[in-house]
Amino acid sequence: MSSSLKEIRDRVVAANDAATPLRLRGSGTKDFYGEAFEGEILDLRSHSGIVDYEPSELVVTARCGTPIAEIEEALTARGQFLAFEPPAFQHSLRPARPGDHGAPTSPTLGGAIAAGLSGPRRMQVGAARDFVLGARLLTAEGEELRFGGSVMKNVAGFDVARLLCGSLGILGVMTEVSLKVLPRPRCERTLQLRLTQGEAIDVFNRSGSLPLPISAATWVDGVAWIRLSGAEPAVAAGLDRLGGAIVEDAVAATFWDSLRHQSHPFFSAQTVWRASVPSTAPPLAVEATTLVEWGGALRWYANGTDEVRSRAAACGGTALVWAGNATSSARFHPLSPVVAEIHRKLKQRFDPRGIFNRGRLVAGL
Amino acid sequence: MSGAADEPTWSDPGRKLSTDQQHAVIDALRTVLPTGCLLSEQSELRPYECDGLTAFRRLPMAVALPQNEAQVRDVLVTCRRFNVPVIARGAGTGLSGGAMPHPFGVILSLARLNQILDIDPVARTARVQPGVRNLAVSDASAPYGLYYAPDPSSQLACTIGGNVAENSGGVHCLKYGLTVHNVLGLRGYTIDGESIELGSAALDSPGLDLLALSIGSEGLLIVVTEVLLKLVPKPPHAQVVMASFDDVGKAGDAVAAIIAAGIIPAGLEMMDRKASAAVEPFVKAGYDLSAAAILLSEADGTATEVAAEVAEVERVLRNAGATAIAVSGSETERLRFWSGRKNAFPAAGRVSPDYYCMDGTIPRKRLGHMLKAIEQMEERYGLRCMNVFHAGDGNLHPLILFDANRSGEWERADRFGAEILELCVELGGTITGEHGVGIEKINSMCVQFSPAERAAFFAVKKAFDAAGLLNPGKAIPTLARCAEYGKMHVRHGTLPHPDLPRF
Repeated sequence: MSSSLKEIRDRVVAANDAATPLRLRGSGTKDFYGEAFEGEILDLRSHSGIVDYEPSELVVTARCGTPIAEIEEALTARGQFLAFEPPAFQHSLRPARPGDHGAPTSPTLGGAIAAGLSGPRRMQVGAARDFVLGARLLTAEGEELRFGGSVMKNVAGFDVARLLCGSLGILGVMTEVSLKVLPRPRCERTLQLRLTQGEAIDVFNRSGSLPLPISAATWVDGVAWIRLSGAEPAVAAGLDRLGGAIVEDAVAATFWDSLRHQSHPFFSAQTVWRASVPSTAPPLAVEATTLVEWGGALRWYANGTDEVRSRAAACGGTALVWAGNATSSARFHPLSPVVAEIHRKLKQRFDPRGIFNRGRLVAGL
Repeated sequence: MSGAADEPTWSDPGRKLSTDQQHAVIDALRTVLPTGCLLSEQSELRPYECDGLTAFRRLPMAVALPQNEAQVRDVLVTCRRFNVPVIARGAGTGLSGGAMPHPFGVILSLARLNQILDIDPVARTARVQPGVRNLAVSDASAPYGLYYAPDPSSQLACTIGGNVAENSGGVHCLKYGLTVHNVLGLRGYTIDGESIELGSAALDSPGLDLLALSIGSEGLLIVVTEVLLKLVPKPPHAQVVMASFDDVGKAGDAVAAIIAAGIIPAGLEMMDRKASAAVEPFVKAGYDLSAAAILLSEADGTATEVAAEVAEVERVLRNAGATAIAVSGSETERLRFWSGRKNAFPAAGRVSPDYYCMDGTIPRKRLGHMLKAIEQMEERYGLRCMNVFHAGDGNLHPLILFDANRSGEWERADRFGAEILELCVELGGTITGEHGVGIEKINSMCVQFSPAERAAFFAVKKAFDAAGLLNPGKAIPTLARCAEYGKMHVRHGTLPHPDLPRF
């Protein structure tokens, strides 16, 4: 066992013995996300480093504290990438921390997977959880368990590795993660269409039924942006088919990065709601500035109210408070009673004394 | 983890019912099901005695064939009331014995929930009942230019419900993903008969990802009554490149070279000489029988995209030492190239009275090592083994040939298989890539997972099914079972699974 892991384990075991809550933390770039914290910070950045990267196996394995930037640098050198585009938030939601010196802070692998957030490409390639092949979990008792592995296909045992993705650390410390990686697309072009929100949602869904390599589709400020990624002939065929104005590559790259990392001015609003809805849902009738992602399946509302949640639910979706204090109820969309009960039992069995990120994902757990 | 506390005390096959108790359960089930929807006569039960893993057979107490969701719920509530195990079953094509009956349990067949409820061509989704056949979804979606991507080799017969239980893969999953990547939502019931919905047409759901956890859970967590599937546009064009290699190691390196060139083929399959020799007389695919290994790499997309990929794959394969290369010139020829690979299992059945199909996954780079080790095992166990391989994702299907009528051959095949799986784990892989653990690989789970890891699995099980009634004794071995397996390892010659009936 490495010294960094031993230190973490000792802290966990001590906290478990004393039943004192711990607040698991990487770089803290997503501190704003989720319910309020409780407990002492357990900084996981010391347990860092790429353990194994085999480009021809399409797998990278790294420790939880490894900066995403470090992983991306290694992948870029071999023409590969993290296709789910984990965000690296630098916006005002993240309070400055001592030692930051204003330099961009990379999120850690552990934080990225615990949050389970994905960027604009999610509509084409899948979410963070779709790329998780395996994970190690340090339990409250200080035992390191391995789930999944580092191979593409693995159905031995329940898929606990994917369960950990998006768990916000409530089940234990994810100490190591194996991810599937993909080759970078050879060609990427973006086009723009001037459309209303409703028209854009319609165009996104209709073009989704065509065999075109659409890797992102966003609508903001009266403009639909569609990105095509893949082999050059496929991208060219897509541009022909969809029409619109081709965006200069540098401008397009900046735009997609500004969505992925939320440096786009839209996200500087006081409160931001995030609604996950069926892609075909018509524009929600709410009084708020709207940004549409994922071909219609993700809708952001600046300065919205609780109305966002009820409207999203009415069309078969859910909504959460992304930033600000826009609601008196929970930030996350409420769970059905039967699902909430399973959450309670899972938490009770994985973390009986409730030491890990208490209340972060679900109130009381 | 609460550790040993989560070890089931209900471990299979401990639960027994008296004849009177069995009658009481059957009578109660009759009251909630229409006539003809409950089987309990021995002759009626016979077709349910095993699934695709025919080596393990036994009769269930009864088979329930509900026609709608409400009846599924009523069967569950009844079984829960009597504390009777429930084994959900689709088409029974599974290869790991996941649907093998419990002698005092009820087989819950979802075969009559076989309706495609809705295909939404704009949202690109299909809402189907669990008894719908995999291929039927693609057939129904074809008029819209869409299809359902996961294509297990049994797709003509296997059901979506079974695919969800096993997280089924197929030939195209390197590019298009497994079942878990193509299911948006599930609806079903807990063992307590409570309705549960996981996932939805929206991409993200609040809370823990219970949808991913439920997929591949082998019927141990919930019973699914409705599945929302993602459909994808059908690529307009496909072509396959077939390459011969004089050495399996070189063929394995060629696979790595294709991936390293930044290509993700739609399908990337390998067969060794024994496999191509077995299939060629039957399917006449035109395989090069002098080759130590044959590689098939499929490109799909627009015509120009496919042409570019094919040219590049050809170049990579030549550089990797291919001794011959053929490119399909027509759709007929493409299907002919595939026909051999797709008929490998039936071909094994033709050249040998019985065969035992393994399903381990290893890192691709260890392929040469694995195949050499299998050759040595063939000598040691005195049995032949032909190898087909989902080379793109490292999933190996060694087919061990044996004759069950010859004394000791099945036991040797079983041990041969277990040794392959142990080597998979040792090489950094897994004991099952897509067929599931079921009853077949339950002992090998002891090799792959520590007691604490298995306790975590039981913790998950208990969170969904505290009474342990859903498919007990499958997928996750108890400590006692692993201790027994450990002993068996020492005493070679002892029959594995002593509690299980044979043939």
